[in-house]
Amino acid sequence: MIQDQKSKKGAVTGLLFIAIVLLLVVLLENLSAILPAGSVPAVLMPTSQLFTVLKKGAVYSLVAVSMNLLNGFTGLFSLGQAGFMLLGAYTYAILTVPVSAKDTVYYLYGGSAVNFSLPDLFGGVDTPAGLILGVLLAILLGGCVAALFAYLIGLPVLRLKSDYLAIATLGFAEIIRAIFQWQPLGPVTNGANMITQIPTFNNFNITDANGTVILRLSTFFPFLIAIICIVVIVMLINSSYGRAFKAIREDEIAAEAMGINLAKHKMLSFCISSFFAGVGGALFAMFVNNAQAKVYTSTMTYEILLIVVIGGIGSISGSCLATFLYVACAEWWLRFLDSATTFASPTAPNRIAFMVIFAVVVIGGSALLIHRERRGSNQVWKQTLVGLVAILLLGWLAWFAATGELTLPLLRTGFRMVAFSIIIMVVVLFFRQGMLGDKEFSDILFARRRNAGKEATK
Amino acid sequence: MEFFISTLLFGISAGGQYALIAIGYTMVYGILRLINFAHGDVFMVAGLIGIYSTSWLTRLLSEVMAPEAATAAAIPLSMVLVLVLTVVLGFFIERVAYKPLRSAPRMSVMISAIGVSYLLQNTATYVTGGQPMTYPNIPMLSDTVPIAGTSIKWVVILTPFLVVALVLVLTQLINHTKVGMAMRAVAKDFETSQLMGIKINSVISTTFIIGSALAAVGSMLYFTTYPAIVPTAGAMPGLKAFVAAVFGGIGSIPGAVIGAFLIGICENFVKILPFEGATTFVDAFTFALLIIVLVFKPTGLFGEKATDKV
Amino acid sequence: MNTENILHLDHVTMQFGGVVAVNDLSVDVNKGQIVALIGPNGAGKTTAFNCITGVYEPTNGLVSFCGEPMVRNHPQGKMARGYLGEHGDLYTARFSVEDPEAKAAAEAQQDPAVKAQMQADYDKALEERRSKELERDPLAFTDKVLSPTPDKITQLGIARTFQNIRLFSALTVFENVLIAKHMRAKQNVFSATFRMNKAEEQRMREEAMALLEEQNLAHLKDEVAGSLPYGLQRHLEIARALATQPKLLLLDEPAAGMNPQETQELTEFIHKIRSEYDLSILMIEHHMDLVMQISELIYVLDFGKLIARGTPSEIQNNPRVIEAYLGVADDAEN
Repeated sequence: MIQDQKSKKGAVTGLLFIAIVLLLVVLLENLSAILPAGSVPAVLMPTSQLFTVLKKGAVYSLVAVSMNLLNGFTGLFSLGQAGFMLLGAYTYAILTVPVSAKDTVYYLYGGSAVNFSLPDLFGGVDTPAGLILGVLLAILLGGCVAALFAYLIGLPVLRLKSDYLAIATLGFAEIIRAIFQWQPLGPVTNGANMITQIPTFNNFNITDANGTVILRLSTFFPFLIAIICIVVIVMLINSSYGRAFKAIREDEIAAEAMGINLAKHKMLSFCISSFFAGVGGALFAMFVNNAQAKVYTSTMTYEILLIVVIGGIGSISGSCLATFLYVACAEWWLRFLDSATTFASPTAPNRIAFMVIFAVVVIGGSALLIHRERRGSNQVWKQTLVGLVAILLLGWLAWFAATGELTLPLLRTGFRMVAFSIIIMVVVLFFRQGMLGDKEFSDILFARRRNAGKEATK
Repeated sequence: MEFFISTLLFGISAGGQYALIAIGYTMVYGILRLINFAHGDVFMVAGLIGIYSTSWLTRLLSEVMAPEAATAAAIPLSMVLVLVLTVVLGFFIERVAYKPLRSAPRMSVMISAIGVSYLLQNTATYVTGGQPMTYPNIPMLSDTVPIAGTSIKWVVILTPFLVVALVLVLTQLINHTKVGMAMRAVAKDFETSQLMGIKINSVISTTFIIGSALAAVGSMLYFTTYPAIVPTAGAMPGLKAFVAAVFGGIGSIPGAVIGAFLIGICENFVKILPFEGATTFVDAFTFALLIIVLVFKPTGLFGEKATDKV
Repeated sequence: MNTENILHLDHVTMQFGGVVAVNDLSVDVNKGQIVALIGPNGAGKTTAFNCITGVYEPTNGLVSFCGEPMVRNHPQGKMARGYLGEHGDLYTARFSVEDPEAKAAAEAQQDPAVKAQMQADYDKALEERRSKELERDPLAFTDKVLSPTPDKITQLGIARTFQNIRLFSALTVFENVLIAKHMRAKQNVFSATFRMNKAEEQRMREEAMALLEEQNLAHLKDEVAGSLPYGLQRHLEIARALATQPKLLLLDEPAAGMNPQETQELTEFIHKIRSEYDLSILMIEHHMDLVMQISELIYVLDFGKLIARGTPSEIQNNPRVIEAYLGVADDAEN
């Protein structure tokens, strides 16, 4: 009974949290319309990077969570996520290209073999019913197609052990990619070309008769879908089946001895994860406004895997948090690294901020390295080396502070991703548990209070 | 018939190039049980080193000698440089990214390998500016010779011989030297060989050095055949070489070589299959083969069976 | 006393490549009995457990549970040709592996007529033995295989523990026990995810909690299983096995790593759970005092073969058992 009350309380808190997040998203997106014109900061304009990051973050967090369900909770190391996203994206795109646009989109093949469109069946993209029902149904079908393929590929592949499974699923994703680019399938998949003119997130903005936007929901929509899906995954993980998945992760042989049917449960986890990856793929197609097979490469899977690792394998909230950090860094915050930066005036706030950040990174990094090497016995020369490099870098900073203008070295196109991958390597090597380990955000938030409560009852 | 012969020749040569990469995969897997996802990218970086070192050496040498002589002298020197720098790269990757994770779960090491692969690709994009780079013409290898009605580069003909020679040297090394014995011991049982006083770290380093050196040689052959290098150029040959290693039975060097030749030949024949869009399926074919092998004979052609103890 | 048969192993053989790990093993466990399986290291005891619990598919033989055939296999295909178990010639149709002399004599024979006669005699004898085998097991030469996965066997009512404890070490004590309730829960993945049957979940939790309370582990319910001390981990593993509601419990070296006092407590504990949960118990154990004290029937294995069967006092005085444990007498003299 106690258990039940506690979970009820948790559910209420969770729902409240979700409602607040959704409300905030709507508010944030429409702030530019509410605030008096002219006083709107650039970051809140609808074209701002902020909203790109939020939309992509929502989509990716769903995919990351679906991957975590498989890798983190069931212990199946699969690298097929991009393949399942592709299936979802293409299913969505094929089913939603308006009938009127088919000839333009598929002009190389003289029109599409799929001569209907889900939104059109419900009255067209421009009507609310057609949009909502058509898009939702297409997304759902995208997930189902991915799950179906997961079932078919899972039959032979799920018997394989860890890294063999990884490489087989990676191979499967490559095969799917080749099939969707195959010329003879062109009337359905548009060959190697992208399928465009599909309903996107922007279609969900509510406009008045003149076409001016009254209420922006283009960020709200992916958030809503992603959150619903993630909530379902969380509920699954907290159910009896979720416990069975965890048992398989911990020890397959013991799980089997506890009466858990390995084949059935692995297949369940694989199909469910792929279903949500498919839904994520459909959302991704909406995000980039098209579906194109060459986007869904193994690099995409690696990206998602790295997100899961950074967030902590086995932590849902960690995956979500890491997704937004990752996307924000890659798409927005680190963008300045891609173009030459010059600090002209010694008193510019930018310059001071740069110096502080630089010093923190150098000192923190070297402290980390030295601390790690301390465990070895005769590693003094390494510590000295790290120390020297740190001192040199700080010396450079001091010199820069003393003299006037400075153009940062190395900064040009592509440096962002280099810096970014170095950060990822640091996380992988030094913070192997990721941000949250296998705990949830709420655990950490309420841990202190709970401990305090325990003390009080004693 | 002529078409058949030239396809076969191209297949054998591609197989030889995959074999050189596959050996690196299979040796590392044999010892560390790690799929070194970064290996394909090391191969790509070796190609880039070839391009940059050749142009740098040519510039350097042309200050002291005639331009033609400088170009002629720069190529062999840069080949040596490629070998040395790739080996150094492989060594450092192991030391920095894999060694600290020796006691970590296998998944962490694999993720670290993926991270390294990501880093190498991004660095390559940064250095090249994302533009495709053209591999220099290596005299002899790039020259063509008319065979079976088509003109074929020498590299296509030389590759299989070079590969077989290198593999023979390698098997001698592994079967008849002390370090080779240590490698075999570590591959058989990591913990016990440690207790027997084998310096694990130096054995692992040697493995990475050999693997990288072979990848460097492979890069010279491969990029002479396909001279455009983009940052992702290593990914596909890398994955295919890995498939070859699995096909032959991962951990087994002869297996990897035979697997690589088979895959190279099959894939070149898939390319000329008489149905529309067959080329789309060249890569897919390799992976389909992988899945079939994994399902029916997970240990590959020459692999050993490992069982879990209950 | 009730003598209803719970577990019956009928001529079970397990062969790995050229190694016969369990050779023609027949074991019976009756209801309410505590039976011990002993033998030197490498005698095939754990392999026998694995054959019963479906981890391995035996090469030959039948395992019945509560009178129903549960696991059955006979050498087929490649295995039939390379079968090395007892009465292997029945399957391989070549000269008996146990009778090398007859084989050598036949091969040494020069006269083809005599040789053919010997072969014919042998074939006739073989045919007779085959029909006898068929009387014993009508399915002996068929390919009728019963090979359920371990989870099916657990669902039938056989639970086990492992030699090297296999807990779900990152999960809590409560979750460890709760997982065992999953297989009997009347819900599918949809109803479980969307909480359509809360009563079922509640029932599972209550049952698991009740079991923990019976086992005096309730105060540890939120501890991470891997962080428990060794003795408690063993206890938890048994509790987790009990949570699957077994009729037969297989214990693989439950006293391994325990001191004499803990072993004594274990004896009482095993008696207690037998009566409280209405169990039959088959266990592998090396602690002889525990085995002799607790078991009603002992089977002794050596090199995969059953060398003795009897009550503790019978086993203690059995010369073959002493030989297996201490080595052959004349070896010692030499």
